[in-house]
Amino acid sequence: MWIPSLLQSLTDGVDKVVVSGATVGEIIDHLEARFPGVKDRLVQGGEIRPHIAVAIDGDVSPEGLEQDVQESSEIHFIPALSGGR
Amino acid sequence: MPMKVHVQTRLNGEEVEFLCEPRQSLLEVLRDVLGLTGSKEGCNNGNCGACSVILDGVLVNSCCVLGVETAGREVTTIEGIASPDGLHPLQQKFLEHAALQCGICTPGFIVAAKALLDKNPHPTEHQVRYWLAGNLCRCTGYDKIIRAVLDAAQTTEAKV
Amino acid sequence: MAETTTYKVIGTRPIRHDGVDKVTGRAIYGADVQMAGLLHGKVLRSPHAHARIRSIDVSRALALPGVKAVMTGADLPPAEDRIINLGEGAVNLKYLSNNILAGDKVLYKGHPVVAVAATSPHLAEEALALIHVDYEVLPPVLDVREAMQDSAPLLHENLKTKSLGQETDKVSNVATHTQFKLGDVEKGFQEADVVIEREFTTATVHQGYIEPHNATAMWNPDGQLTIWESTQGAFTVQRQLAPVLGIAVAQIRVIPAEIGGGFGGKINLYLEPIAAVLSQKTGHPVKVLMNRAEVFESTGPTPGSYIRVKMGATKDGRVTAAQAYMAYEAGGYPGSPIGAGMMCIFSPYDIPNVLIDGFDVVVNKPKTAPYRAPGATNAAFASETVVDELCEKLGLDPLQFRLRNAAKEGTRRPDGPTHPRIGYLETVQAALDSDHYRTPLEGPNVGRGVASGYWFNVGLQSSVSINVNADGSVTLVEGSTDIGGTRASIAMQAAEVLGLKAEEVRPIVADTASVGYNDVTGGSRTTFASGYAAIEAAQDVVRQMTERAARIWKVEPPDVTFADGVFHHNNEADQRLTFQEVAAQLGRTGGPVTGRATVAPRGVGGAFATHIVDLQVDPETGKVTVLRYTAVQDVGKAIHPSYVEGQMQGGAVQGIGWALNEEYFYNNTGAMANASFLDYRMPTSLDLPMIDTILVEVPNPGHPFGVRGVGEVPIVPPVAAIANAIYRATGVRLRHSPMSPGRVMTEVLAKG
Repeated sequence: MWIPSLLQSLTDGVDKVVVSGATVGEIIDHLEARFPGVKDRLVQGGEIRPHIAVAIDGDVSPEGLEQDVQESSEIHFIPALSGGR
Repeated sequence: MPMKVHVQTRLNGEEVEFLCEPRQSLLEVLRDVLGLTGSKEGCNNGNCGACSVILDGVLVNSCCVLGVETAGREVTTIEGIASPDGLHPLQQKFLEHAALQCGICTPGFIVAAKALLDKNPHPTEHQVRYWLAGNLCRCTGYDKIIRAVLDAAQTTEAKV
Repeated sequence: MAETTTYKVIGTRPIRHDGVDKVTGRAIYGADVQMAGLLHGKVLRSPHAHARIRSIDVSRALALPGVKAVMTGADLPPAEDRIINLGEGAVNLKYLSNNILAGDKVLYKGHPVVAVAATSPHLAEEALALIHVDYEVLPPVLDVREAMQDSAPLLHENLKTKSLGQETDKVSNVATHTQFKLGDVEKGFQEADVVIEREFTTATVHQGYIEPHNATAMWNPDGQLTIWESTQGAFTVQRQLAPVLGIAVAQIRVIPAEIGGGFGGKINLYLEPIAAVLSQKTGHPVKVLMNRAEVFESTGPTPGSYIRVKMGATKDGRVTAAQAYMAYEAGGYPGSPIGAGMMCIFSPYDIPNVLIDGFDVVVNKPKTAPYRAPGATNAAFASETVVDELCEKLGLDPLQFRLRNAAKEGTRRPDGPTHPRIGYLETVQAALDSDHYRTPLEGPNVGRGVASGYWFNVGLQSSVSINVNADGSVTLVEGSTDIGGTRASIAMQAAEVLGLKAEEVRPIVADTASVGYNDVTGGSRTTFASGYAAIEAAQDVVRQMTERAARIWKVEPPDVTFADGVFHHNNEADQRLTFQEVAAQLGRTGGPVTGRATVAPRGVGGAFATHIVDLQVDPETGKVTVLRYTAVQDVGKAIHPSYVEGQMQGGAVQGIGWALNEEYFYNNTGAMANASFLDYRMPTSLDLPMIDTILVEVPNPGHPFGVRGVGEVPIVPPVAAIANAIYRATGVRLRHSPMSPGRVMTEVLAKG
């Protein structure tokens, strides 16, 4: 999982980590265990914050925290593009 | 409320009559009074050509003509371009060349192009571009429109 | 389906199914909708760029005979300051509602304040003149950098800068700060032999669709609300309208008419809630239309921007680092496409060290809306001009430089993910090999420029159903409004699967009650995603028809093969049934056949373009004449090549207008001085040559036919390509768009 640069102050500058988890939600929870404070930046009210999108291996997923991930998946948090193009 | 005026005119080859307020443009009369919505409003001040019609053989923006001004005259709109026998060559070529994307400017272009070919059956590319500069299109970049008009000019029926 | 497949329908150029209606003026666009008892709505808009509303007096308007209702923001349910999820994006409900009709403040000249419904449009306008609004005028801020200063007037009392889930505690006009980082730019710049840093500004520019906004609403006493309008997304309107009106989605039916251009500008709500509430108040259907000035002043243009780009390269032409500071104007409410601009700015290149900081900033201008690859054109203007300067300093051909640094499959983008299979390199090579690039340019004051661009494209959701008719033709029911020929491109994909001719598939664009959910026509997604749904729905039809053929032959479905429109009995070579013959027997083999599919496809392929422009600059007036233009693009697989070419040509010409003339001129009170087509100067046929297109096809592995979105990327390179060409013609680099004659002359004269 790639840590967005604006969160790297919470991860001691680490920019990517290997985290286990079957879903995006589990991965964020495991990340929070290692780097407290990260979850609150990504999650609000039980869902990914509205202006953030999750990309799994380059594909933006609409399933949010429920999205399944594979062992070798790359996960990125990128700005959500609101309202159409 | 202003009193309506009774107007008689010749529209697409037929005698018609209608009532309109003096302040209503020909574009409003066509669309809102006569139900002929083929002519479109893009700007209402003569800058986009989406409302193009032919008035006594002259290409005009119908948003800049008053409905009452058409009394006793001859108006051709997009609805009068095709015949019972089929599409005008311009219409056919627009389809073949994919010279429309959203299509909102298309009626204006076809009327304007017909007015050109009525006057100059074999225009050069520059003459077509010059004549059609009063018709704005935002979708096509004009390339396929110009090609369609030049191709239609080649068709002998275009002289009619 | 393999890359080397020969297709029967894909790649041909049939006449579009809605073509005859559109060339005869019969097609019904939103403003053409007529019905009995129709009333006409008009909107009174703020004359001030920034003001508090003290009071509104509508009494004289209500007293005018023929005026049937009046509404203000108070007639909409109170809008909470919360995010609502539209499925494909999130919006703040308060901002959305207040932009439709102002709350306690107006934030731009043209901000809607009061609406009336009357028996004629002229009467409605007379009524507006009788309304008195008392404003406390406030100082406006109209420039992004000024708005970011601590001393700037503040638009919102509780807007604080958000930065990935965290908020500052200071009220500001900066709504968000986003950052992308790869590697270490400081190290990267140290490795460079040449480093160039430049600043750029771009003016506000409008999508310029020829058809103004429209909406007709009928709110029945049983609570059912029907909307007829020109929109890029009927379902998206439905989903925005429900929370704004405080009613259920189930009460709303949106019936899309034909649409006269959108380019991203006909997605957000503007007139629908107004028409709806006026209809509820009057018991009549109400039609509300914008005029051209309202379109300019009150709908969403694309952001003006300030961008600073720094790039470094080694002397043999390898880019080592790239950095950007990007500030985009969001207009009165947050939500510029800064994120998208950041995702595109350096994406044509493989750069190991990148740092991009982006800011979304509110200013007293209309709230921005997407405009064809939103955010990317501004970004490319900056980055591709700097690339051109690097090439010049290093003595390298600009296309060779791009080959050397091209992003490929696996290259990491600055926002993090890697590129899938893409065709950027192929576009650069095709540009190098083109007749245009190989033809020397001669003459006084002429110059040639090149630039590249990227747009990521989206997939989102689509639903399609296909009904088989008794004569073997099919009706394809889809929900993507047709802005540029997608009825044809979607129908052709189904036809290919079904073994039918394109004309035998009749597509219709259906409303929210008649078809499954579809996201907007936008994001270069329609041929990709709705096409994907059409393919799967057609495959569903084939499955069902196979069962019917099996039943006719009294065998099992695995004993039947379908190929090229014919069902074959696997065990009896002379037994065959055409699609039409099976269709004729549906009634006695089990009943009607309808295929359906709903998709949310991943595997969206990004799009790249490389453009070449030759132009001439008049040394006495600064006027730029485009002599020759070639747009090269990776189109994946061109389903209907004419409409793909059309997207490339249309986008390129919008970019030419952006580069040479289009801008919002503001006077010192914050009013747009050129809100008409006369003075907001878009290209006409006389301003342009033919636009040549080169379609490179690198199929997208994420789509059965290899489709990748094509509609947006064509607008990304032109502004930079033109800037680079003007440099070669005059020796002057312009870093503000548009590069209109006055500005060209100023720079050329200053150079001496």
